[in-house]
Amino acid sequence: MPEKRVVLRNCGAIDPRNISTYLERDGFRALEKARREMTPEDVINEIKLSGLRGRGGAGFPCGLKWEGARNSPGDEKYVICNADEGEVGTFKDRYIIENDPFSLVEGLAIAGYAIGADRGYIYLRAEYHYLLDLLLGAINQAKDGGFLDGFEIEVRLGAGAYVCGEESCLMESIEGKRGESRYRPPFPTVAGLWQQPTTINNVETLMNIAQIVLNGGDWYAQMGTERSKGTKVFSVTGDVTRAGVYEMELGSTLRELVEELAAASDVKLIQIGGATGRILPYDMIDTPLAFESYLGAGAVTVYNKSREVLDIVGRTMEFLAEESCGKCTPCRQGTQAMLEIVERFLEGEGTERDIKYLEVLSDTMMLSSLCGLGQAAPFAVLDTLKYFRNDYEKQFAVTKGVA
Amino acid sequence: MSNKVTQERTHEGLLIALQEAQTKHGYLKSEFMTELAESFDLPVSEVYGVASFYSFLTTKATGRNIIRICKSLPCYLANGQTIIEAVQSEIGIGPGETTADGRFSLELTNCIGLCDRPPAMLINNDPHVDLTPEKIAGILKGYK
Repeated sequence: MPEKRVVLRNCGAIDPRNISTYLERDGFRALEKARREMTPEDVINEIKLSGLRGRGGAGFPCGLKWEGARNSPGDEKYVICNADEGEVGTFKDRYIIENDPFSLVEGLAIAGYAIGADRGYIYLRAEYHYLLDLLLGAINQAKDGGFLDGFEIEVRLGAGAYVCGEESCLMESIEGKRGESRYRPPFPTVAGLWQQPTTINNVETLMNIAQIVLNGGDWYAQMGTERSKGTKVFSVTGDVTRAGVYEMELGSTLRELVEELAAASDVKLIQIGGATGRILPYDMIDTPLAFESYLGAGAVTVYNKSREVLDIVGRTMEFLAEESCGKCTPCRQGTQAMLEIVERFLEGEGTERDIKYLEVLSDTMMLSSLCGLGQAAPFAVLDTLKYFRNDYEKQFAVTKGVA
Repeated sequence: MSNKVTQERTHEGLLIALQEAQTKHGYLKSEFMTELAESFDLPVSEVYGVASFYSFLTTKATGRNIIRICKSLPCYLANGQTIIEAVQSEIGIGPGETTADGRFSLELTNCIGLCDRPPAMLINNDPHVDLTPEKIAGILKGYK
């Protein structure tokens, strides 16, 4: 299946610094249509009809999220765009902002209209500081064009913390605090930013909104699978010939993405969704990419046969241990303990008992961590224990003749 | 309730104030954090807590230019280690250190989202991609 462009339809076709090139391609027509011809409820219904699910990795139905925030009582409501992509191997949102910041601004403004928020935030990761002028330029041009009347957008820069891409940490950070995750419930749609009803959507999710409003939810729902509608933007890296951003209909296979588009060969394994993602062996290359199988935020890292499984797992655990916010014990201590055990295997000092401990620890972390970081941190270990157990057993102390 | 909201809103400016001071002075002096705590009516520990949480905020003096080399997997697969070594030998310091002339600080960082063109690094806010050890000296020349 070839590439299919909905989210990226303007990338390369418009000048991201010039709003008139965006207007020539139906720019801000969806926002006008929503405000003139549709009630906020109509907009929400159209999004629900489309089946659009969150593109940041969790896959929550966007229409339901918006409906929740619209129906929650609050003095003020907020819409937030999560532009804090920090997952290892993810750069799709950077590519989107670099090439089409206007669609993002329009999507956020429609979200504001739908839930009844007159203020929106874009939380941009500190590492993307060089995109700030471009993004502010797009917002100011939209404002000058009269498209944002009654809706204020503020860009907030992060300060260097992977975990702030997690929605509750992100809100803490906008509030000026340490980016530590919150207990839920209450969910952000009820008590989010400053305890007011709030929606938080990924950059890519918001990029779909204008197209759905213009073409209808039915049109959108024709694309994808039963439970994963529309397209997905993937960022492919690692041992591939053509690393980059590709948009495909959901349900396309990993093989189409990795071998046909990114031209990988000699593949050993693939990590889908970055450090908190899943690891699949090459013989699962025909797996469809969808929420019901494997997806995450669309980071796909390819490893060829020269790579060592435990090296990959060790580096993944090191990343997670460093980036854990430290608030809850299972994640703060669990990621560290896992790293130490994986390092033992790397040094050829692993034991059967270590494997059992990894499995028990994984269960504990998945069940009791406060947020997605700790809950998903064991995946790299569990998946490689499932598909590459031999790589661990090779590193047993007894095998090595140490014990 | 309204009192609580006001207090929480006050907190909002804290991170922004820290970010501005970091940009202006290169790091967050402890006297500054104490003053900030007073003006925000917060405990000093709270201010330090925020300052120490984020990797782009530092409580120790740094060089005029901060080099952040990516050490995450996509850059590692593209021989990122050779870039780390090339930068180290060019400026003669290791990660976490600052050159004696105060020109550079070196840090190893987690994924910076430039994985389509690895290995990559940031110097201050500027991205540098498709790095090779041979390019390093030329790039560093641009930072005084």
